[in-house]
Amino acid sequence: MKKILLGNDAIIQGALASGVSFVSGYPGCPSAEIGDNFGKIAKENGVYAEWSTNEKTALEAAIGASFSGLKSLVNMKSFGINVCSDSLLPLAYTGTKGAMVIVVADDPSCWSSAQTEQNSRVYAGFGHIPMLEPSDPQECYDFTKLAYKISEEFNTPVILHTTTRVNHQKAPVIFSEVKRDSQPKVGNFVKNPHQFSTMPPRTLEMKKELLDKIKKIKQIAEVSETNQITGGKSKIGIITSGISYLHVKEALEFLGSTCLPEGRDLPVLKLGFFYPLPEKKIKNFIKNLEKVLIVEELDGYLEKEITVLAKGANCKLEIFGKSVLSEIGELNTEKITVALAKVTGKKFVAFKTKKIDLPKRTARLCEGCPYWYVFPVLRRVAPDAIFGGDIGCNMIANLPPHSLSDYMFAMGAGIGISHGVSKAVNPAFVEASAGRQKVISIMGDGTFFHSGIAGLINAVYNKSNPLVVILDNRITAMTGHQPNPGMGKTLMGEDTQELSIEEITKACGVKNIKVLDPINVQELESTVKEFLEKGEISVIICKRICALLAKRQAK
Amino acid sequence: MEKTFNLILTGVGGQGIITLLQVIDETAFVEGYDVRSSELHGLSQRGGSVEAHIRFGRKVYSPMVQNGQADLIIALELLEGLRESAKAGGKTRLLVNEYLLPFIGSPAKEEIVKDLNKVKSELYLVPASQECKDKLQNDVVCTLYLLGYAVGKGLIPFKKESVLRAIKNVIPEKYLDLNINAFKLGHD
Ligand SMILES: Cc1ncc(C[n+]2csc(CCOP(=O)(O)OP(=O)(O)O)c2C)c(N)n1
Repeated sequence: MKKILLGNDAIIQGALASGVSFVSGYPGCPSAEIGDNFGKIAKENGVYAEWSTNEKTALEAAIGASFSGLKSLVNMKSFGINVCSDSLLPLAYTGTKGAMVIVVADDPSCWSSAQTEQNSRVYAGFGHIPMLEPSDPQECYDFTKLAYKISEEFNTPVILHTTTRVNHQKAPVIFSEVKRDSQPKVGNFVKNPHQFSTMPPRTLEMKKELLDKIKKIKQIAEVSETNQITGGKSKIGIITSGISYLHVKEALEFLGSTCLPEGRDLPVLKLGFFYPLPEKKIKNFIKNLEKVLIVEELDGYLEKEITVLAKGANCKLEIFGKSVLSEIGELNTEKITVALAKVTGKKFVAFKTKKIDLPKRTARLCEGCPYWYVFPVLRRVAPDAIFGGDIGCNMIANLPPHSLSDYMFAMGAGIGISHGVSKAVNPAFVEASAGRQKVISIMGDGTFFHSGIAGLINAVYNKSNPLVVILDNRITAMTGHQPNPGMGKTLMGEDTQELSIEEITKACGVKNIKVLDPINVQELESTVKEFLEKGEISVIICKRICALLAKRQAK
Repeated sequence: MEKTFNLILTGVGGQGIITLLQVIDETAFVEGYDVRSSELHGLSQRGGSVEAHIRFGRKVYSPMVQNGQADLIIALELLEGLRESAKAGGKTRLLVNEYLLPFIGSPAKEEIVKDLNKVKSELYLVPASQECKDKLQNDVVCTLYLLGYAVGKGLIPFKKESVLRAIKNVIPEKYLDLNINAFKLGHD
């Protein structure tokens, strides 16, 4: 059938068609709809789907399923791969049993990302993990299927690397809707420690097996239709992949109709495989060219590889890439048109947007958001405190009118850094804490379960005294309202044990704990004052449901 | 249609841009065009400026509209309409909902309207939210009202029947009548 699909939904269809039966992940933009929507359709398709507590537990869950023979899909945003990398790298060594595809979604231009403009491609070569790069929803579907095939044939995890403009692109997709049995597939774990345990001397043997495997997959890449050449016989060529390919085609059409009539003649090599690269194919492509423009977003990884390949294949080749295309921000038709004009020596004047000076409309707390009660109190009671921010809707604390945070990094990092600050500014704090700089650190409930607990334990164990304010709005809000361990519900809507943040905090050894509803502003205020005088770490749990969630539940 | 039609939607996160985009995508599909669109998701967009792009025609590659190349900009909010007008080119028409979501430091409505009128593009300023509130007791569907207006005035090359079919394909049963009514209200 042919239907308009979102890139993320096309990935779901590709996974279903490939026989996936175990889905795990951690929400983030722009990948979250993969897990969200799997949650809705899992049961009827005999699939098990979970939001795990973080990307590392998500990957590990899938590894377990894979070792038990099930086909799995792991989904996460860019930063997630950093969190799970400790288990990802050994997985390349052991290999998979049931096929596994890992979707990692980057966000060039940081549309929905705070911390860095990450390019997750680096993990492919670093971990020796095959990586495919679709450019549109149709390829999301096709490449997901191909990824499962490769994984199945070579027992390797395969990364599907996407970007915001691919995950959140809609276009007609031709796909076969599969009728799946609602009976879940049961795995069978066959003991094989030789393959599933990494431990020297096996580790080095495994490395050899892995490198051999990649060599074989390279041969598949050499003949894969996903690496395709279009266009004519001009001496100026283009090599590109992912979303950039679509912009390139558009730029060539555009130039063709304006200042570069031969534009449509430029040969374009579109790479579906980012790793391993089809080196022979690339060498053949550049062999007779005079110039090549490499169009890729962010860092010039392809450019580096191709520069090396050109030494053997065509040493006179002029290579353009990051010299004409920025390493910062996503690419678009316009930027590529300008670069192409430079490379082909044409005059092209880009459209100048008018200068209209208007105040920015930044994201803000929703009407009725519980954080509206918390941030002003913290500001009023402790205007001079050092303030640690964290990730989530609560990072709006950074923006006016709140302007609270003094530092903000990654999920769960707030408390980790606040502990260090607290130790640094209060070297002998137990005796001398009065009059010293106070440290306040916030984090959301989702983040507490993701990675905040580890930081909390470190602060208790190593005896620092920040005031931690946990903003328990009863949901992982910012990424689109996903359930978390504090809510008593799973992704598939089943009831589960509701973990108490208060009890966990207590068990971590925190002595000063207060749970309150921040709408009781006076209670919050007096508790903040009281806890800021403590010589040990203290925790306030501000428990009040996200206003949007409350509204939705009332419907 | 000879050339690809380039459309930009703009507004404030939470105003219903994604639903409008879905209906337009589906209409283009129903009419047999190739279509691609690009949107941004997530509560991180809530309350901030948001922009979505739709392109349809015989063959479309990039899902994003180049600066200056939009045939039509539909703005669900005044200030965002004015902001987006920076990207309006010679052929761009502006369809703006006469509705302001103010924030601390935002200019007054009269000022924005005045500046909008100075923009060198064909401007259609329509009280979609007000009309929907008055006649349908619901201003969220101002999106469909604006689409109806655009189709009625020939600002977007769609047949009325195709849009109605698309609405039926993508809008949940429960909200179907409301959306169809808003579309018709804007159209006629
Ligand atoms: C490693 C990593 N995974 C996922 C994300 C995406 N992400 C951004 S905010 C957020 C959720 C925060 O939820 P919570 O801590 O409950 O805060 P709230 O949004 O409710 O304020 C997530 C998962 C991320 N930034 N980093």
